[in-house]
Amino acid sequence: MFESSDLNIRNRQVEKLWRLAFLVMTVLLILPVLAILGVLVYKGGPAISIDFLLTEPKDGMTAGGVFPALIGTVWLVAVALLASVPVGVAAALYLSEYAPDNWLTRVINLAIINLAGVPSIVHALFGVGAFVLFFRFGTSILAASLTLAIMTLPVVIVATRESLQAVPLAFREACWNMGATRWQTIRKVVLPNSVSGILTGIILEVSRTAGETAPIMFTGAAFFLPFLPQSVFDQTMAMSLHLFVISTQVPGVPEALPYGVALVLIAMVLAMNAVSIGFRMYLRGKKKW
Amino acid sequence: MARPEITYAIETQALNLWYSTFQALFDVDLQIKRGQITSLIGPSGCGKTTFLRSINRINERLGYVRTTGSITVLGNDIYGPNVELIQIRKQVGMVFQRPNPLPLSIRDNVIFGYRLHEGRGRLTRSQRDEIVERALRQVLLWDVVKEKLGRPAIELSLEEQQKLCIARLLPVKPAVLLMDEPCSALDPTGTEAVEEMIWELRGQYTILIVTHNMAQARRTSEECIFMLLGRVVEHAPTEELFVTPRHQETADYIEGRYG
Repeated sequence: MFESSDLNIRNRQVEKLWRLAFLVMTVLLILPVLAILGVLVYKGGPAISIDFLLTEPKDGMTAGGVFPALIGTVWLVAVALLASVPVGVAAALYLSEYAPDNWLTRVINLAIINLAGVPSIVHALFGVGAFVLFFRFGTSILAASLTLAIMTLPVVIVATRESLQAVPLAFREACWNMGATRWQTIRKVVLPNSVSGILTGIILEVSRTAGETAPIMFTGAAFFLPFLPQSVFDQTMAMSLHLFVISTQVPGVPEALPYGVALVLIAMVLAMNAVSIGFRMYLRGKKKW
Repeated sequence: MARPEITYAIETQALNLWYSTFQALFDVDLQIKRGQITSLIGPSGCGKTTFLRSINRINERLGYVRTTGSITVLGNDIYGPNVELIQIRKQVGMVFQRPNPLPLSIRDNVIFGYRLHEGRGRLTRSQRDEIVERALRQVLLWDVVKEKLGRPAIELSLEEQQKLCIARLLPVKPAVLLMDEPCSALDPTGTEAVEEMIWELRGQYTILIVTHNMAQARRTSEECIFMLLGRVVEHAPTEELFVTPRHQETADYIEGRYG
């Protein structure tokens, strides 16, 4: 009575086949990631040391460390965040909590999504035109960071808006019905419950900003500067551009050096992502619904 | 504010309401007695909830709602030119079908509304505790939660959450409590407990309850309004409406012939 029919058997085989196909795709996806990490660690590992992190490049960038580039990247990312986070979060709050649902809002939302798809080299040219030339910031950290900020704004806005909208409407209704203004609702209920998502978005943005090359190479990042930037109006070295330069522009660089730089850059980005994940888990644990 | 001689807490005249082009309320004329519990019954879609939501003007948030006619709460026109919506919402509290405690502690939920309206004045710890205790005692919840006021409100049972949602309206001293099927998410025991609590509040507040539950309307209200297709069919003392309905539609509905 309960034996499998032919149909059952055939379905089971089909089931197995699909399962296998999906598994293979997943493995194919992971392999390149592992391969990249493996090669980087194998080839760049020997170059890494405390000295590598804390000294300047030497001998026409064929030896020495990455200190100015490391500090430069931190500058670029920090200034970019200072510009993009307040603007992006404010814009997302407006779009999610205040804006009426009309055609204008929908056009703005669509524009933001499309802005995220603009190639970074186009942002670079915009940055040269707007910040370097028009606002006369020159090639500087300020110009480069603002370019990065413009590039990452759509990501910040979309990530923030999504975490705001993940807060149940029932909470907002409860507040409004007690006579709370929108701002009181945002400050007391919406923001405290979406901050984990917003921070995750921001940290992911950091990791993307740190790796970008095109937007900064014309606007503020220098090939080689033996000293550290003193203010946002100075040029600076950056990890991503440094990697590009020593891999393609400088003859006679030992093989381990670019791999070492790449390894440090990836470690920075992964560390940032790990912080983001940890943070999210911590805040989720504290969530009260 | 409330003057003692006012007998009706809510009065509407020729109230019509449209959602875009759909008319949800037709010429609603109602006088709801102050300090009483009035229930609103009728089949789904008859405009009960719409009526409820126009009394604190929360309907307007939808943007495409248009209203004509008048609504007065405690003798004051709520569509008047100098009306501050926040003052209406303070006077007219609302409770929803699903309990919606805020993701805060029990104590912070109760004090939340009070804090919204207190301005910059600082509340001492003992004042705060007093307000919280009084509100929780009024909804018969104090003995259950007094040991765990700092715990998240979401850990309470649904019945307790619903009581909490009522408790958090009380510290701002509302005159009217609107309840939109307050027990529909609760089990029979929870329903009974919440009904009992609502009955305790009688006299202190004017309570308007929307319900699908005939027995509940009969048990917990003093007056009863039957609505059908956006119109008020009958408004009478509850016992009278259930025992000797004047309209055929009312009789059909309460006997369960449709709905």
